[in-house]
Amino acid sequence: MIALLLRDLRLAVRAGGGFGLGLAFFLIVIVLVPLGVGPQTALLTSIAPGILWVASLLAALLSLDRIFALDFEDGSLGLLATSPLPMEGAALAKALAHWITTGLPLTLAAPALGFLLSLAPEAYGYLLLSLLLGTPALSMIGTFGAALTVGLRRGGLLLSLLVLPLYVPTLIYGAEAVRRGADGQDASGALILLGVITAGCFAVLPFATAATLRINLR
Amino acid sequence: MLRVKEVTCARGGIPVLSDVSFDVAAGQALVLRGPNGIGKTTLLRTLAGLQPALSGHVDAPEDELAYASHADGIKTALSVTENLQFWADIYGNPVPDTIWEAFDLADLRMRIAGTLSAGQKRRLGLARLGVIGRKVLFLDEPTVSLDGFSVKLFAKWLQDTHLASGGIAVIATHIDLGIDAPEMDLTPFQAAPDAGGAADEAFL
Repeated sequence: MIALLLRDLRLAVRAGGGFGLGLAFFLIVIVLVPLGVGPQTALLTSIAPGILWVASLLAALLSLDRIFALDFEDGSLGLLATSPLPMEGAALAKALAHWITTGLPLTLAAPALGFLLSLAPEAYGYLLLSLLLGTPALSMIGTFGAALTVGLRRGGLLLSLLVLPLYVPTLIYGAEAVRRGADGQDASGALILLGVITAGCFAVLPFATAATLRINLR
Repeated sequence: MLRVKEVTCARGGIPVLSDVSFDVAAGQALVLRGPNGIGKTTLLRTLAGLQPALSGHVDAPEDELAYASHADGIKTALSVTENLQFWADIYGNPVPDTIWEAFDLADLRMRIAGTLSAGQKRRLGLARLGVIGRKVLFLDEPTVSLDGFSVKLFAKWLQDTHLASGGIAVIATHIDLGIDAPEMDLTPFQAAPDAGGAADEAFL
C-alpha cells in the first residue's frame, strides 16, 4: 500500500503528472471572483467562505479522472487486481495520494487566497481546520466516482455529475464552519459533522470502490 | 499443480469457451492455441481471477497466481528500475540481481521507461514476472513486439528459471516459443453461439 502511495506521489510530481494543476485552478478562480464582483470589500468578506469552499471543491474535481484512468489504460490496474495488495488497500492508497497532491496543497494555500477575498481575520483558523477535515472526504468520494467511471471513454464529465452532488454535505458544513468562525459564533458543531462525514467516507468507500473496480475490470 | 475443471468463461456476458479442462504439473508449461477471438484472453483472465467463471472451478496453489496481459502496466514517467522496484515492493520481494541479465535490461536500468522502444518495454513488462515470485503464471501473448533474440531470452528464463524451480505457466501465443511444452487447441471448446445464461451477470 505504501509502495503504491509512493509511486503515485512520484508519478504526480514527474513530467505530465498534473501536480499543481488543481492548485493553479484554485488560485485563478479565487483571483477572478473579486474581479467579477467588484471592489466591494463588505460583500467579498461575506461571500469569501462559500467561494473558497466551492473553488476548492472544483479544484479537487479537476484531477479525479486521472486516479484510475491512467492505470486502467496501461494495464497496471489489472495487474494490481491480481497482486497480493487488496483492492480496498489500493483504493485507500489512491485516495490518500490524491489528497496529498490536491487537498493538502489547497488547504495550505487557502489562507493566502482568503486574504485576496478579504476574509474576516477570525475565520482563517476555521478555514484551515475545515479544509483539513473536509478535503480528505472530497478525495475519497472522488476516488469512488473515478472507480465508477473507469474504462468509460470521456468519463470525466459523467464523473463530475456523479461526484458533485455527493460533495454537498461536505460543502455545507465546511462553508458553515468558516462562516460561523467569521461571525464569531461557535463552529464546533459544523466542524464535528465535517469530521464525521470524512470518517464515514473512509470507513465505507474503500470497500465500495474496490467492489466497483472488480466489476469494471471484468 | 494447476487443475482446471470444466471451466466455462464469458466475455461481455456471452459464453466463449465451455467446459475447458486441463492439468498442468509443477515445472510444466502449457501453450494455448486457437484463432483470434476464440477466447484465449478471456480464459486466462478467468483463470487468473479477474473475472468469475460461469461454471467449473480452478484448483491452484493459494496466492500463487499472476497474470500478464497485452498491456505491460509500465509507468512511462518512471525509470526502468523504479518500475520493477514498485512491483517488487507490492509483492514484498527484493529485485533479484539476475533479472537485469536475464531480460537484457542491464544497460537500460536508469532509463525513463517512456523512452524505451516497444520491444524494450515488453522486456521490462516480462521482467516483472521475475520479480513478483509467483509460481503460476498466465501469460497472454508474451512475445508481442519482441525480436527473435528477445524471444529466446524469454524462453530461456521461462525454462531455466521459472519452470526449473517448480513454476507453472499457461501461455497463449501464436508463435513457437521453443520451450518444451504440450500444446492445447481451444477450438473444440468453443461455446455454442446461442449459449446463454450470463445476462446481467455484472450486477449479481
